[in-house]
Amino acid sequence: MTALGALIRRDIRIALRVGGGALIGVLFFLTVVVLMPFAVGPDLVLLTRLGPAILWLGALLASLLTLDRLFTADHEDGSLDLIVMSRTPLELACAAKALAHWIAAGLPLVVATPVLGLLLNLDAVATGAVALTLLAGTPALTFIGMIGAALAVTMHRGGLLLAVLVLPLSIPVLIFGVAASQAAIVGPLPFGAPFSILCALSLMSFVVGPFAAAASLRHGLD
Amino acid sequence: MTLIDLANPTRFLALVARLLPWLAVVTAVLLAAGLYLSALAPDDYQQGATVKIMFIHVPNAWLSMFVWGIMSVASLGTLVWRHPLADVAAKAAAPIGASFTFLALLTGSLWGRPMWGTYWEWDARLTSVLILFLMYLGLIALWRAVEDPTRAARAAAVLTLVGAINLPIIKFSVDWWNTLHQPASVMRMGGPTLDKAFLIPLLVMAIAFTFLFLTLHVAAMRNEILRRRVRSLQMMQARSVSSDVSPGGASGQIAGAV
Repeated sequence: MTALGALIRRDIRIALRVGGGALIGVLFFLTVVVLMPFAVGPDLVLLTRLGPAILWLGALLASLLTLDRLFTADHEDGSLDLIVMSRTPLELACAAKALAHWIAAGLPLVVATPVLGLLLNLDAVATGAVALTLLAGTPALTFIGMIGAALAVTMHRGGLLLAVLVLPLSIPVLIFGVAASQAAIVGPLPFGAPFSILCALSLMSFVVGPFAAAASLRHGLD
Repeated sequence: MTLIDLANPTRFLALVARLLPWLAVVTAVLLAAGLYLSALAPDDYQQGATVKIMFIHVPNAWLSMFVWGIMSVASLGTLVWRHPLADVAAKAAAPIGASFTFLALLTGSLWGRPMWGTYWEWDARLTSVLILFLMYLGLIALWRAVEDPTRAARAAAVLTLVGAINLPIIKFSVDWWNTLHQPASVMRMGGPTLDKAFLIPLLVMAIAFTFLFLTLHVAAMRNEILRRRVRSLQMMQARSVSSDVSPGGASGQIAGAV
């Protein structure tokens, strides 16, 4: 337990210090959202209607962007080999790393959502709904993306391949995230149904993600 | 002959050499019979002759999912039993599955043009098949990203199994998304029941396409084994050339060791 706690603390500290790059994700999120009005026009009514979709798409891309570093940095300096060889189960170590990554890179996206909601003319209810769905859904993005990151690090290829592999798998999260936000804003569905499925997707990714990532690290590293 | 005997590629190749002509003949006969029966099938009272696209479309769609299932079993073989043929089977199946998925999309959109008035409709089934196609392409990209086949095999096996878990979820969520966004405006093909006049040609075509897949798959596995042999021969050759050039070259020794 202490080993996992130490791993989480270490990863967060590395991600937040100079050169860590976790907060670049938030900056990217902001930039994507600012770009949207240039593409669809400065029509506030339209932006309000598209708001939840824009925020979710931005968060999806931003979390994908930062995932590249999840295992690569550790692989470069050799600490990934130590983690693989240590007595802590690799599945738990992967889960700890993903949790640390989510705290450093995913949670700031949720915190930034209310500010970006103002830019898109979302009211308080809509902003709260989007922030809540992002809070429930971004862990799923991180844990699913971790599989892609583990595959990419074993092949010394990152970037585009990671995106191609992970994006189709994150479609359900996107669907239910946006559906829950829309349900809270305009109805007619109750907010609870899609939101519970979103939570279920997150819970399932907590199980599948670490096992798949650990399997790929164990078989792939030489 | 058990599965473990086939771990020897030479034995597998011998079996393929005996099996492949028969598979090809059975496929050809079944395809000919299926096409003949499809041509004889009556026109639909509503859809006219376009209903015959179904005889090509449905087998392709069925195989697009069946091939992912085959690859999942093969991936289990790679990760759990370390069967040497399993990753060959998984690699050979991916492009074939992608082709079947693409043909299912293509024939579907050709059918949709006269029926729905548009080549593409964001219908739940079409969308989930499109996502399946994307996942096939991602898998092929993964296979092509790594030079060493055994390393690529394990990564692809993990991705295939994750995909097998996720595909039903994606299907379910796309269905939800579709009912949320567009109320049933799209006419469904088939109607309440499928008449026997359509069912029999469809079944024959489905069996014929399954045999077509088996034939192509076995042939592709043979090609993959031969390709790997050529690769290792080339590497041995390169090694012997490089050791000839270096002082005190021991090419004979290395070739003997390999």
